[in-house]
Amino acid sequence: METKNIMIVGVGGQGSLLASKLLGRLLVDEGYDVKVSEVHGMSQRGGSVVTYVRFGDRVYSPIIEEGEADYIVSFEKLEAARYIKDLRKGGTVIVNTQQIDPMPVIIGNAEYPVEVLDEMREKGVNVDAIDALSLAGEAGSVKACNIVLMGRLAKYFDIPEEKWESAIEKCVKPAFVDINKKAFTLGYNN
Amino acid sequence: MKELMIGNAALARGLYEAGCCVISSYPGTPSTEITEEFAKFNDTYCEWAPNEKVATETAFGASLRGKRSACCMKHVGLNVAADPLFTMSYTGVNAGMVICVADDPGMHSSQNEQDSRHYAVAAKVPMLEPSDSQEALDFAKIAYEISEQFDTPVFIKMCTRVAHSQSIVEKGERTEVTKEYVKNPKKYIMAPANAIARHPFVEERTAKLTAYAETSPLNRVEEGNGDYDFGIITSSTSYQYVKEVFGNKVSVLKLGMVNPLPVELIRTFARKVGKVYVIEELDPVIETHCKNIGVEVVGKDKFSMLGEFSQKTIAKAFGIADKESVALETEIPVRPPMMCAGCPHRGMYYVLAKNNITVLGDIGCYTLGSMPPLNALDMTLCMGASVSGLHGYNKAGQQETEGKTVCVIGDSTFIHSGVTGLINIAYNQSNSTVIILDNSVTGMTGHQQNPTTGKNIKGDPAGKVDLESLCRAVGINSVRVVDPYNLDECEKAVKEELAKNEPSVIISRRPCVLLKYVKPKKPLRINTDKCRGCKRCMKFGCPAISFRDKHAVIDNTLCIGCGVCASLCPFSAFESEGE
Repeated sequence: METKNIMIVGVGGQGSLLASKLLGRLLVDEGYDVKVSEVHGMSQRGGSVVTYVRFGDRVYSPIIEEGEADYIVSFEKLEAARYIKDLRKGGTVIVNTQQIDPMPVIIGNAEYPVEVLDEMREKGVNVDAIDALSLAGEAGSVKACNIVLMGRLAKYFDIPEEKWESAIEKCVKPAFVDINKKAFTLGYNN
Repeated sequence: MKELMIGNAALARGLYEAGCCVISSYPGTPSTEITEEFAKFNDTYCEWAPNEKVATETAFGASLRGKRSACCMKHVGLNVAADPLFTMSYTGVNAGMVICVADDPGMHSSQNEQDSRHYAVAAKVPMLEPSDSQEALDFAKIAYEISEQFDTPVFIKMCTRVAHSQSIVEKGERTEVTKEYVKNPKKYIMAPANAIARHPFVEERTAKLTAYAETSPLNRVEEGNGDYDFGIITSSTSYQYVKEVFGNKVSVLKLGMVNPLPVELIRTFARKVGKVYVIEELDPVIETHCKNIGVEVVGKDKFSMLGEFSQKTIAKAFGIADKESVALETEIPVRPPMMCAGCPHRGMYYVLAKNNITVLGDIGCYTLGSMPPLNALDMTLCMGASVSGLHGYNKAGQQETEGKTVCVIGDSTFIHSGVTGLINIAYNQSNSTVIILDNSVTGMTGHQQNPTTGKNIKGDPAGKVDLESLCRAVGINSVRVVDPYNLDECEKAVKEELAKNEPSVIISRRPCVLLKYVKPKKPLRINTDKCRGCKRCMKFGCPAISFRDKHAVIDNTLCIGCGVCASLCPFSAFESEGE
């Protein structure tokens, strides 16, 4: 199988590490060779963050380059736009419609590009927009946004839902399993 | 069982399986998780040391006593540990000792991108360089064998992409090794007479290690299928990019041991493939070696000395076409990292910026005070440099600078190497004001305990340095503590201490809001009837406050209800729950 590439992007603190942990666990259980690359440290402090998940028969590079991503899962609208250059032709962007202003916007030095998803659609990108924040709230915690988005991503894969659920059980603390399973289902079904 | 592990966790596992008994480290991205993961094993000893020099000497002591040991640090930490390193190369070890050092090409979280391989060459210490997590685990075991066989400390060099990328690892069992301690002054007392006698041993060892490098499985040739008429010499993460681009279409000499480098292995490879490219991140270490041994190669003429590589870097260099991608016309604003909503450092920075004070900064989360809108910092160099730098700045500037310049340094950084600068201020009496931003944790690297927190690496009670007493003990008479959420108190303290004609310390104390025991309050909300859109709160630079439709808006997923913004608002528009 040719290597598949998923990027998880967002704002530091939004929980992309848990999302990539879940994906990694699931894909290893499915028998793939997997590499997951993320950057810790300074950029996690409210900066733009990106995690690369690659799987297939044999994966070498841990990172995804321009035009290589099959899926971009974005936790925030603007961040989807920032990394769109990495999407391959015909690729899909799953995007949480939440808007988090970056500092240049907060202090009035830049405008938040509110209509940016429309521009992506005009350029032929498959945009799957979802209000993950509200759905996470419905599941019981706004912090479960990451798992709502994983639920949405799951729709694009041929992996049964119970395998995802078992990966959730392995990756989150017992007290949060129910909320996260609910978040996953809400992402999958909405 | 197969498990997905980041390189650092796999390295920790490898150290554990190799029987490592003692690890002493100072945290630093991208090395921190090696020690954190090792701390999860119960039958070993593991600690955070005040700095990398102490950590390295602690590991040396453990090796001397006969237990396998390690110390871990980031690339710039190795500068701090360089003193023991160079002489440990002479003494060698008793039980095996491994120094794990993690470079940060691309400077994701560092102040420079120095190449640690130069230290291995300069100190004449062998260095292994894994290219994924399984190699990190395996190389740890080999490193201890080399260490004991050749009587030398051994480096394992990580880089961000190996340290923080997860790949599949197969775990093994732990085996312990214990050596007897035998008093041996000629080997362990490096006074001139003994050191002179020891130097030839170091040179002979390098020759033996070079012979080892010729045949060691750490270095291997992967024959290509003949599609390309050249060969590539590479190591570390660059090897993965080469394989990503070329698969088995090109012959590769993959080096797992980057010091000392083999000679005949490289010559034979070059003869066989004809044209040779050397692909290595940062400096031309392998390239220079090849040229020194008379092998013609192409390296930095084609591949940059700056930043990280990727499969794209390599494809591009060989004229392979870019992949099709989407470009947007819309300009995308940058999103730099910043101090968190409710960060206690922000209050002090606001006061310093408001009073136009020159601020010499240091290494930690608080370096982010340099970002707009606070723009509060004038300098950041290395761990501890704010304090010693301030002393020099004031000795040069005297009355022109003394009343309007401070330095800021975090609690962990102060212990690491700020206190020596403070001793200099007290001893040589510069009229300097040092601000310790005490957030009760080592923040930037992800919340490690340190000597001021009263807890050890496992979270158990430990000795606690009392910062006030320490500052007084070194000779600072004016020491005071302020709460950075109280802007008036901070401003008063800064003005009063700067006005004094003696050295002083202000401890700005409040725990990091990300600490579990810091319970966030309910988010504030804006009373839009009261908010007049004056934007005074926007000068505070809190990420939870933005401005929409002529009013301030609070993001209640970020706001932790610290309420400092409310004290800035002249119209009392910020309201807390229940008002």
